[in-house]
Amino acid sequence: MSKAVLVDITKCVGCGSCGVACKMWNNLEYRKESPMLGKDSKLDAENWTNIKLVETETGAEKQSVWRFVKNQCLHCEEPACVSACFSKALQKTKSGPVVYHTNLCVGCRYCMLACPFDIPKYEWGKVIPRIRKCQMCPGRIKEGNSPACTEVCPTNALTFGEHKDLLKQARATINNNNKKYVQHIFGEKEAGGTAWLYISDVPFKELGFRTDVTTQAVPYYTESIMHLTPAVGLTWGALLTGMYVYNRRRNTIANEENDNKKGK
Amino acid sequence: MAAKNWSFRMTPTRAVLMALAAIGGALMVYRLVVGLGPTTNLSDEWPWGMWIGFDVLTGVALAGGGYSTCLLVNIMGIKKFAPIARAALLTSLIGYLLVMVGLFLDIGRWFNFWRPFVSWGHTSILFEVFWCVSLYTTVQLLEFGEIATEKVGKRWHNIFKKILPVLLIVGVLLPTLHQSSLGSLYVIEVGKLYPLWWSLLLPIFFLMSSFFVGPAMVSLESLLSSRATGHKPEYNVLQSLIKIAGYMMLVYLVLKIGDLFYRGAAGLVFAGNLEGNMFLLEMIAGIIIPLIICFTPKLRNSKAGLATFSVLVVAGVIINRMNVVFTGMSDYIGGSYFPSAIEWLVSIGLVAMGVLGYLFIVENFNIVPKEHHEVHEETDAVRHTA
Ligand code: SF4
Ligand code: SF4
Repeated sequence: MSKAVLVDITKCVGCGSCGVACKMWNNLEYRKESPMLGKDSKLDAENWTNIKLVETETGAEKQSVWRFVKNQCLHCEEPACVSACFSKALQKTKSGPVVYHTNLCVGCRYCMLACPFDIPKYEWGKVIPRIRKCQMCPGRIKEGNSPACTEVCPTNALTFGEHKDLLKQARATINNNNKKYVQHIFGEKEAGGTAWLYISDVPFKELGFRTDVTTQAVPYYTESIMHLTPAVGLTWGALLTGMYVYNRRRNTIANEENDNKKGK
Repeated sequence: MAAKNWSFRMTPTRAVLMALAAIGGALMVYRLVVGLGPTTNLSDEWPWGMWIGFDVLTGVALAGGGYSTCLLVNIMGIKKFAPIARAALLTSLIGYLLVMVGLFLDIGRWFNFWRPFVSWGHTSILFEVFWCVSLYTTVQLLEFGEIATEKVGKRWHNIFKKILPVLLIVGVLLPTLHQSSLGSLYVIEVGKLYPLWWSLLLPIFFLMSSFFVGPAMVSLESLLSSRATGHKPEYNVLQSLIKIAGYMMLVYLVLKIGDLFYRGAAGLVFAGNLEGNMFLLEMIAGIIIPLIICFTPKLRNSKAGLATFSVLVVAGVIINRMNVVFTGMSDYIGGSYFPSAIEWLVSIGLVAMGVLGYLFIVENFNIVPKEHHEVHEETDAVRHTA
């Protein structure tokens, strides 16, 4: 039931259609000072996806090449942002997308710190700001469509489908063309697995991916601590009460003895 | 009649503090009206800055004097420390109130601050911090109620006295939980926070340091307020208090070193980079030198030694929190963050408000033992001659 997108970096020609589709579908602003395509492009409150141009070298001859890397929220299987949000403004849906509910958000920005891929952005200029990020078009998915960006891709660099099918497809692709592809599916294990999967002919590190990210689901770390809280709280509370009662009794007895002595 | 006598001495220092508090207050309103973007240097790269790092994370730690003293005096029944219990509670209460204001200023959708009370994101460490800090502030206000009703609303006094034991226990329980949670907040920065600071033991480190900074804060505050108000500090009480802090610091140091070796990060300490040096500064100035002072009787028993110890420990904890929030993150994030003028002025304004509030309450309620009558006479005299 869980939906996913497979990105084949080798197929992307950097046309920017996906970015345009995202802006149109989500009513996002175009800003001259913040391009969504090219070397200087980056994610921000109005760029939920960007297509970054990376100049690098590949193959035995160290041929210099251009690659285009589409960035957006990876819709983690066990999202750190969801686990970090203390008011449930971010929620993982059954079909895959991690969606944001504006009315629940307090604007604490802990999700921004928590996300291992630094995806959530913030409306810094607004008096009443929101967190902004790719939602994976949950409305479209619900109606049986694919996300706006994958719909328009002219080169089939973006494939939408079932998570497990896409994983199989990705593995088959890199195995059948093992000269061409790097033996790694980015998103298979990263941060415990993500709904967006990438395959590439250039090492992911060179493309700016965070390859040192933990393969443990991030919430595991903090939630293991959270689970300890009730036990620690109860034990400590009992201990404190015990000490308090004990010392109070000891003091009363001491006082009585003092009184007795004085009385005599 | 006499109970209704409110007094507040004006001195040049206090006038300056009032000016700073007024500027800070005005800027706070400005911030709420225009938003975070125009008033702070925060960005998508640095979403948390000075208000979280200093006002909240450091503020909560420094306000730890309340619960550590309460634990020693009221729960463990060490009577020796009783004379400073009220002052410690007061500092702590004011500290938490400031933290609440700081937090409120920092959240973007502030009118939504109550959401987590009804929409339970219970997997979040922040959820625990949020609940504990708000409950604990309430508990402290009630604890203070017992003091306040000695002077105003006297008929409530007995009720407060009755519920005090429960308040005291809850008042030690809650800080233990959230002081450590503040450390856990950064556990989620796995692979982002520099290895000298990131550790699964972060909650324990935060808890321990909040405990041992308590006595240092209490001493510092006694020394300062003795200069401001003319009370003589309870030297021998403070000295034994500091010894307790010292033992805790010793354990902290050992644990910290052990943890570094266990995680294979010990080599980074002497790497000579910014992170290594800041770590050394934090540990040598904030832990090792104070430990030497603490366990050299001659130094500990001198006023200068006591003052140096307190200043260093407090500074050490501030540096530690700043290192976790800024130094330790800058390598991963890249770029730089430096607080804007408004961020500084608001933080300074908050501290000024806290100091003024403290002075006012000390002069008008029974906070400092024995000599408070003299103050009244003294201030009365001032008022009569003025
Ligand atoms: S990539 Fe970041 S924002 Fe997206 S689901 Fe994962 S943790 Fe959340
Ligand atoms: S900023 Fe909003 S969405 Fe993000 S963690 Fe805070 S409350 Fe949740």
